[in-house]
Amino acid sequence: MKPTAHFLTQLLRYSVLTTLALLFLAPLIIMLVGSLKADARVLVEAGTLAAFLPDEASLDNYADVFRRSDFLRFFFNSVLITSAIVISGLLVNSLAGYAFARLQWRGRDLLFNLVLALMILPFEAIAVPLFYGVSMLGLRDTYFAQIAPFIANAFSIYLFYSFFIGLPKEFEEAARLDGADTLRIFFTIIVPNSKPVFASVAILSFLTWWGSYLWPLMVTIGPSVRPLPVAITGFFTLPPLLWGDILAFGVMMVAPVLVVFIIFQRWFVRGVTASAIKG
Amino acid sequence: MRARFGDQTSTALMLAIPALLGLTLFILLPFLTALALSFTNLRLGSPLPVEWVGLEQFRRIFSDADFLRALANNLLFAAVVVPLQTALALALALLLNQGLRGATAFRTLFFMPVVFPMSLVAVIWTLVYAPGPNGMMNALLEQVSFGYWEARDFLRDPVLALPAIMLLSIWQGSGYQMVILLAGLQNIPQELYEGAALDGAGHRQQLLHVTLPQLRNPLIFVMLVTTILAFRLFDQVQIMTRGGPDNATTTVMYETVQAIFTRRQVGRACAMAVVFFLLVLTITWLQRRLVRQEREVA
Repeated sequence: MKPTAHFLTQLLRYSVLTTLALLFLAPLIIMLVGSLKADARVLVEAGTLAAFLPDEASLDNYADVFRRSDFLRFFFNSVLITSAIVISGLLVNSLAGYAFARLQWRGRDLLFNLVLALMILPFEAIAVPLFYGVSMLGLRDTYFAQIAPFIANAFSIYLFYSFFIGLPKEFEEAARLDGADTLRIFFTIIVPNSKPVFASVAILSFLTWWGSYLWPLMVTIGPSVRPLPVAITGFFTLPPLLWGDILAFGVMMVAPVLVVFIIFQRWFVRGVTASAIKG
Repeated sequence: MRARFGDQTSTALMLAIPALLGLTLFILLPFLTALALSFTNLRLGSPLPVEWVGLEQFRRIFSDADFLRALANNLLFAAVVVPLQTALALALALLLNQGLRGATAFRTLFFMPVVFPMSLVAVIWTLVYAPGPNGMMNALLEQVSFGYWEARDFLRDPVLALPAIMLLSIWQGSGYQMVILLAGLQNIPQELYEGAALDGAGHRQQLLHVTLPQLRNPLIFVMLVTTILAFRLFDQVQIMTRGGPDNATTTVMYETVQAIFTRRQVGRACAMAVVFFLLVLTITWLQRRLVRQEREVA
């Protein structure tokens, strides 16, 4: 290809990418800039270039969020619920994945096929009966109802299984000859050699449950155990409609995730990709 | 044999039982309950005795105009969003796979909306769709149409409300598809392109005869996931339009939640959940078949 033609192709590619990137970014810039503006100006300036320029920026809206809502409570709830699901999920599902991948036992294949079959069931298909059960047992508006149902996860078990089955056999054999029991082998040999799959599962389940909306909307009644995704819509419909405050709420809700994402982005991409290639 | 099995069975069960117990209690049992309850007239807090009504709930939901509209909306949503989003993601992945400098930064940008909770996305886009000429989307459309666009209230417009929700769903989801397709592109052996180039194939022919066939399985996968997401559509609708105006944006999940939440009709909601499950099952089955066919050919 001629140098000028090559240059033009490159230029074209960059302009397409830049235009798309700006369109992708616009809603996020509006959120950030709007959160720093006086409430009345957010909507008025949304359609102008001023929407992207934070002149006279102030943090008043952020102060308002803490004054008008129990933001810290909601944030704590989200952190508690999500980390409880992710951490206990890592333990429970990796142990099961290990049993299916590396141990010989009766009923293994039958049970594993059942786990595979359960992977097809989206949560939405069982939300109604689960809600009925939780209501009958008087467990609505509890942390328990928001954590326990999601710890065991068929897809996580499958991801662990796929990773463990690829590890070399020699891994356990030496340790077994030394008389180490299965649990010890798992924690001292398997886990340290399986960091990628633990990272993938952690990131995938974190993203799923940090943003989960339908279930907490159904089971929470008051603000006490309500997580952020439901809380922001409550704040959104709380009169008067103050866009600056709402956007400040949004920024604070997503900032921790964005920071973690920017730092570990290689792992985020790898985690998401792993779910596709394995699935 | 027996001795070899026997020696690990108890350990294996010990390791697997917490997960198996969780799956049984919170997935298998509720699912079987939904199946059973969909044949009853159970209502929460109703004084009437629970009766076995056979297929009555299914007959009712399939003669319910709201539910049929919801099904049609889900189908329309899938029919528009799946091809558009996949095409956009494919274009992005192809552009980012050219070895451009700064490709990683662009990848980060396009992937960023994926880490945003959908409820927050819905709130931000409600501002984007604000009515009146000052609304961001209205102003943008006015600019690009050289003043021909007249400001509309997107979310209260029976024609525009569903497309508006489609657009933000594409914005949030294409980054996810893009990274999967990008990984697929990077797995294509370079020799295939070299061979094609030797045979005199140009860029377009390489794309048609090397890239797309090699990308078949990742493409089928992302389309499957997006189709299922289209049938799970709920958050955006609940937050932005409550299914309105005039059911223009109602969905199967929205109707299901209405049935159990506002009308407390457990039996009816369970029947809807069963229909939803059958839809997902059909889509998954289709995908498996498509992938298998390809393997048989290869």
